[in-house]
Amino acid sequence: MLSNILEVFARPDFPEKLREHVVLSLVALLVAVAIAMPVALMIRNTRLGAAIAINIGNVGRAVPSLAILALALPLLGIGFASALVALTALAIPPILINASTGLREVNKDVIDAARGMGLSGGQILARIQLPIAAPVIFAGIRTSAVQTVASATLATFIGGGGLGDLIVEGYSERGPEILLAGAIAVAILAIITEVGFGALERAFTPKGLKIAQKRGR
Amino acid sequence: MSNPALLLLQDVLEKPELIDWEWIRENFWEDIVPAFQGHIFLSFVSVAIALVIALPVGVISARYRKVYPPVTFVTGILYSIPSLALFAILISIPGVAIGPSPVIIALVAYSLLILIRNTVAGLDSVPPETIDAARGMGLTNRQILFRVELPLALPIIVAGIRIATVTIIGIATIGAYISGGGLGALIFDGINRQFPTMIIAGAVLATALAITADLLLLGLERYLRPWARVRRM
Repeated sequence: MLSNILEVFARPDFPEKLREHVVLSLVALLVAVAIAMPVALMIRNTRLGAAIAINIGNVGRAVPSLAILALALPLLGIGFASALVALTALAIPPILINASTGLREVNKDVIDAARGMGLSGGQILARIQLPIAAPVIFAGIRTSAVQTVASATLATFIGGGGLGDLIVEGYSERGPEILLAGAIAVAILAIITEVGFGALERAFTPKGLKIAQKRGR
Repeated sequence: MSNPALLLLQDVLEKPELIDWEWIRENFWEDIVPAFQGHIFLSFVSVAIALVIALPVGVISARYRKVYPPVTFVTGILYSIPSLALFAILISIPGVAIGPSPVIIALVAYSLLILIRNTVAGLDSVPPETIDAARGMGLTNRQILFRVELPLALPIIVAGIRIATVTIIGIATIGAYISGGGLGALIFDGINRQFPTMIIAGAVLATALAITADLLLLGLERYLRPWARVRRM
């Protein structure tokens, strides 16, 4: 069985499926960051904005990923591009929620102190708010990345390609080794994403915050 | 009307072929209602089983701190495996047939991390002075757990149930691929038959179910936090 699974990994189309999966996930994630971050920055000082962001996030969390992908089929048609649009829509809510709450929860006293030291609004954002909020923002991006890699598995149902193709092929043609190979590849990719973005999150946590976290414990 | 979401909505409403009301009327009792009931069944049973496992594991993890990291490690790995992959792995195990059982097993696995984490967080949130006071009143450890700690931890545990339930309702749709039933069956049938009405019916109902569950459990969470209500007044 194991050698059969390894044979699937050696198939000429395996790197192509893997590449499709990574490109789908990565592009969706990058576009989602490019949309969610400016919005979070724009609404960081308004109460209404925060309420809107949290509500969009909550509703976004409630919409099943399969529902978004399946709805892309009648609206945008079959293929890679419509899967990409659906995945981007799915990737936005966690990033938006975390960036918005992270920026909002920066201690007001710290901002007052910065203002007292003569920093401008832009400087406060770049040197105080963003670094302090960075761990929360990156936690949102990590959640989103892991979810996107998982949802990209479903792209196969609307002709979007990716490793889900192997699962569907194995399931419909009753090839247990193809089914398992696809599943294992996706699972490993998801765990790598989780671990990798976790490391990124730690790397972007300012040194001062790490010390404070340790003391807190 | 430059908003793409609004344009899409307009598209859906204006294209008569997207929603075939005739089909909905004809198949409401035969297809839609059973799928909806099946979905509620799958989600409810999974969260219930997960709770039965997560509560004791959470209590033990809160008591014996050494147990907690390995527990979150294992449940964390389960949580990050994409659902379609987990379904595929489960049905590859000899003796596991396609149908609702592997779907429920996977849904339980996904709920564990959230439920255990919130149980531990809930128990941690109980002030040590409260436990001291209970001990001073002569309560045994068991009484303290059931009469003091768990009731005080309940709002945070319910918050976990809420997140788990919403997540599970979403993932359960994918379970229809391995014949688990539920609203996902409408979505997959719609994809296979190239019939948007079924896709939209399944997607809209699954979303509505998740939002309803979210709001109901949020209400329960608030109701269980009477002290927070008082403070807000």
